[in-house]
Amino acid sequence: MTEAAASTPVAAPRSFKLATRRTKRVTTALLCLFLAYTFFPLFYLLVASTKTNFDLFSTFGLWLGHDFNLFANLSELFAHSNGIFGRWLFNTFLYSLSAGVGAALFATAAGYAFAKFSFVGREVLFGAILVAVMIPQTALVVPTFLLLAREGLTDSPLGVILPSMISPLGVYLMRVYIEQGVEDALLDAGRMDGAGEWRIFRSIVFPLVMPGFVTVLLLAFVAAWNNYFLPLIVLSSPDYFPLTVGLASWYRLASMGGGGGQAMFSLVLVGALVSIVPVIILFLFLQRFWQGGLALGAVK
Amino acid sequence: MTEASAAVNGNNNDGTDASPGRTMAASRKPPLRKRRRFRVSIVPYLFLAPFLLLFAAFLVAPLVYALYTSVFRDTLVGGRQFVGFANYLRVAVDSNFWGGVSNLLFFGATQVPIMLGLALTLGIVLDRGALHARGLFRLGFFIPYAVPSVVAALVWGDIYGPAFGPFSQRARGLGLPPPDFLSNRTMLFSLANILTWEFTGYNMVIYYAALKAIPPDLREAAVMDGAGAWQYALFVQLPMLWPAILLTIIFSINGTLQLFNEPYLMRSIAPAVINTHYTPNIYAYFLSAAIQQYNYAAAVSFVLGLLIAVIAGAFTWATRRGRGAS
Repeated sequence: MTEAAASTPVAAPRSFKLATRRTKRVTTALLCLFLAYTFFPLFYLLVASTKTNFDLFSTFGLWLGHDFNLFANLSELFAHSNGIFGRWLFNTFLYSLSAGVGAALFATAAGYAFAKFSFVGREVLFGAILVAVMIPQTALVVPTFLLLAREGLTDSPLGVILPSMISPLGVYLMRVYIEQGVEDALLDAGRMDGAGEWRIFRSIVFPLVMPGFVTVLLLAFVAAWNNYFLPLIVLSSPDYFPLTVGLASWYRLASMGGGGGQAMFSLVLVGALVSIVPVIILFLFLQRFWQGGLALGAVK
Repeated sequence: MTEASAAVNGNNNDGTDASPGRTMAASRKPPLRKRRRFRVSIVPYLFLAPFLLLFAAFLVAPLVYALYTSVFRDTLVGGRQFVGFANYLRVAVDSNFWGGVSNLLFFGATQVPIMLGLALTLGIVLDRGALHARGLFRLGFFIPYAVPSVVAALVWGDIYGPAFGPFSQRARGLGLPPPDFLSNRTMLFSLANILTWEFTGYNMVIYYAALKAIPPDLREAAVMDGAGAWQYALFVQLPMLWPAILLTIIFSINGTLQLFNEPYLMRSIAPAVINTHYTPNIYAYFLSAAIQQYNYAAAVSFVLGLLIAVIAGAFTWATRRGRGAS
């Protein structure tokens, strides 16, 4: 809605219009080129997933092989090693969903506190969180592992889930989002009407910042879904593995060759395909949320 | 302050407003207000509590513990010994560690500007709307972000690979020597390609969101003043994008120096190139998980974290200073 308004200026002089018309084809071509680059490995993956292991090695990588083997590959994928792949898929869902919901909830509450209250230690705490934004999860993996090892908590799913619930960036985003998207007058009106602080948060602030909430949820979900280093070092039982760790272990087996290892390449590829489908679907359906809705939130 | 004025307004309203709801609220008001004085001071902490708890347990505590561990040494005979800065001195002269760092500094100095420049260009072009099927592009570019880096690395690894990679296949078909994407010399570029593929769209979305937040009036004003598309991009959009750009630069510096997944996956197909200290995090992983040198691993990851903080901090400071001066 706002986009349409922005792209049709009321009285655009001719120079602007001419420039856009001339560049239209050039920019579209440029973008097509980059789009082709973006889809290239995905296309390769899609094609490779339909091949038998024999065709994988003997037919051209960017086109179909002799047999269309996708469904056979899929059923073999879920049957291999007593269906361990299904287990990994379930684990990944579990870890990502709890990480996403937790991160978004906690970040929204914390962001609200920073945006709309003044309290002792606010600047210090927010400074600490800003510093933490600069410490990516990866940097904490080894220290977290050392601490968990000391407490004897390695090889526990909680060791993966709980650290994934911390999203300093989410707090930062929600603070900005709430500062700009929620008017003080609205909160004051709620207080005047006698609403408690929790109720104000739940029924006034929360609906207003829903797009931001979903954005943080989505980012944390995807981060957990894609996480590899932390589960790799924390978990040792294959039963607890998420997809990334499981697939990587198969990939190593396949690459080492020998002992039927090579036969696993097609499994790894079709497994990779399965592992990206849910997140891509999620993105397609939640499109409007991750396109940074600050302006949208303000309009609503 | 807003609290006080709200309360004052409330009193004023209660005096003039005769609706029944209002009077009911007014009759409950005095004790509530007294209590609220106390509650107001604790409310923000309650909203903060869940986040801060996790923050303390899984961010602060690991760092503090790593720092603590890093000043000891575990020996088979002597048990745990306090060694002060000995582990850090060892890091300072550890060519394995600094070799990994220099790999990544070279990597970051080339890959990050290319990726961010590309993302910025794409973002501005998309925002201008002078093209067909804008939504498709925006969505398409962002899709790699939904692909786990493990999957990206293994798919690109297969594409690079000599066995069934399409480039090698074509080269062999034409009787040419297959290109070696996985050699000592080419590995960094192959990794850079994977990272660029993964994160250009993500950075573009950040820029795109920041561009969308620029009020449309500004564009209209610029157009009225006779600004062309380029001038508008350069003198209006770019300065307003600066916070977003700074953010992405810092994220990218972080991500680069923390690199683990992609090179570690490549280790499966190029074990001779990706050694156990190809990046500092691979090194820390091997020190801790494989050979259980916990104390030294802690020191290594601490120095890495410090290094990143210093680089990111220096960068922020320098640009802020530069901007403040101009």
